[in-house]
Amino acid sequence: MTGTTTSTSAPESPRRSARRLARDLPPWPVALLAGIGVVLFALPLVGLVARAPWTGLWTHLSSRFVVDAAVLSVVSSIAAAAVAALVGVPLAWVLARVSFPGRSAIRALVTLPMVLPPVVGGAALLFALGRRGVVGGPLHDATGLLLPYSIWGVILANAFVATPLVILTVEGALRNLDRRYEHAAATLGASRLRVLWRVTLPMIGPALGVAVVVAWARALGEFGATVTFAGSLGGRTQTLPLAVFVALESNRDAAVAISLVLVALSLGLLIALSDRWWPSR
Amino acid sequence: MSSDDSGAMSATSNAAGGLQADIQLRRGEFELDVSLSVEAGETAALLGPNGAGKSTIVAAIAGLLPLDGGVVRLAGRVLDDPADGVFVPPEGRRIGVVFQDQVLFGHLNALDNVAFGLTSRGMRRAPARELAQDWLDAMDLGELGHRRPRALSGGQRQRVALARALACEPDLLVADEPLGSLDVTARNRLRRNLAAHLSSGRSGGTALPAAPRHGAGDVPRLLITHDPTDAFVLADRVHILEDGRLTQSGTPVELRRSPATAYAADLSGINLVRGTARDGEISVTTDNATPSQPGRHPAVVLHAADTSMFGAVLATIHPRAIALHRERPSGSPRNVWRTTAEAVEPLGDITRVLLGSPLQLTADITPGAAHELLIRPGTTLWVSVKATEVELAPDARD
Repeated sequence: MTGTTTSTSAPESPRRSARRLARDLPPWPVALLAGIGVVLFALPLVGLVARAPWTGLWTHLSSRFVVDAAVLSVVSSIAAAAVAALVGVPLAWVLARVSFPGRSAIRALVTLPMVLPPVVGGAALLFALGRRGVVGGPLHDATGLLLPYSIWGVILANAFVATPLVILTVEGALRNLDRRYEHAAATLGASRLRVLWRVTLPMIGPALGVAVVVAWARALGEFGATVTFAGSLGGRTQTLPLAVFVALESNRDAAVAISLVLVALSLGLLIALSDRWWPSR
Repeated sequence: MSSDDSGAMSATSNAAGGLQADIQLRRGEFELDVSLSVEAGETAALLGPNGAGKSTIVAAIAGLLPLDGGVVRLAGRVLDDPADGVFVPPEGRRIGVVFQDQVLFGHLNALDNVAFGLTSRGMRRAPARELAQDWLDAMDLGELGHRRPRALSGGQRQRVALARALACEPDLLVADEPLGSLDVTARNRLRRNLAAHLSSGRSGGTALPAAPRHGAGDVPRLLITHDPTDAFVLADRVHILEDGRLTQSGTPVELRRSPATAYAADLSGINLVRGTARDGEISVTTDNATPSQPGRHPAVVLHAADTSMFGAVLATIHPRAIALHRERPSGSPRNVWRTTAEAVEPLGDITRVLLGSPLQLTADITPGAAHELLIRPGTTLWVSVKATEVELAPDARD
């Protein structure tokens, strides 16, 4: 009894801790390939920074063309994230909690936009909701509402690609949640809706937060579906990524300036979130 | 089986405030078939090994798992009756559950945890918090209302869980292994606390001074545990659950007198002796000892290895730790006295000997030894118990 306590509480010998350190070092092929990976991702950034018009940066960023695109991007991406959360969370709850035939098919359907080329998604939206689309035609005839080539179209295209991220993240969090917390709430008299609102959602709060931010980031960077479904009309549907694409033809310095802003924003976001994804042990 | 049960149930159903549960459930290979009733004001313990189906019974009574067959009736209300198509969901049952590992809401502080049930049942936030504060005060947690569960000790969390369940004034209190996850010190302290809250005035002034209207006084209480000490100390009636069935029900005394199965024999033989400890000497003061000269001298003094405890204690002696002799033994055991065998019961692999004056204890010996010692009712015997086999805990009913 006393023997075991002394051996565990004895300070570790220096040789043993050195050996443990050596075990944490990667074998050289792993280190080499990992290094190549880092270069692969760093190189474009270096190119962007090297090409940046540092002196005229502010002039470029404050031009009407860029400001319009930025405002549109911020508004539409936030709206898209809100739509993604509003639709994605209930969908995730159903997928995680209700067992019904065809559940796998439904899950595949609602997460399809994650693997679909965004351009195809945008085209599909157009065929469905365009002026001559299956639903868009009657909708336009009845209400005069036209989704493509409007900010509504931008939001819809963004939400289309961003919602699957919310669904997958939240469904995973719901499956990992200990159901006994919901059971405890129910025995305390909480209705099912109150359990969801007061217990389930707060308990998956961190995952939900990550899901919404990731959805927002995906919406902010969305290009393919947006350009196909909503076009690239300056001041109306031209978001920052579209503005970069257009500027590459006409005003390369402005394109680089916008790109830098997007890179800085994304990088800041990832660093802020890294603690949630990989909590330091 | 159902016809027998309905007869048994109508016999107990005039206890309108109580619980009558006839639970039939099938979970894969496992089959549960249990009839159980708890009367108003009674504390019943459901005692069984892991995997016997205890948690499933909790789930069925609380409404987290619908019955396959049978009926659950509480306070005169049918909560689940598949034959009749009746099922009251958990939120409509008014059953306070203290879950294993507490299951406190980590995103709420202690006060809001206790207030949760009150606001769920429609009380406004401010009065709910006031009432919750009263409950925390009653649990000696008045200062800790602002703390999140993870900033509380195990025992404190358990008391918050108890307050949370009781604050809703449930028709039934179910406590699932309430002492299970605690260390020994916290366990002893909380057992005392639970005894105060679970007992129906047995312990004199039942606590809950600030608890408005009623405490747990007339509420039926069901304690789920695998620990015989908890069951025998806290409960009025003990139901023993083995492999999905009740193998025996009775008062702690009845179970000790005639255990029906080997498991029951093992559990119910545990000797619990109340007394006052001082420097490792326990003056046995209560019902276990024969009151030879009441008020003058304690009937028996037990020696325990643990010298750290003072005041009212509960000494536990396992029946296998008691040795019996025909002659006065000489040797290391500190506790040696003379007694008579009151009863001898063969229980399969062991023979149980009930010892009489001066200290009524249960001793388990091999049938061979019983035969060799020629033990019969009335035989004079010498008892020896090593001081290290006398385990002490503060008396919960102090």
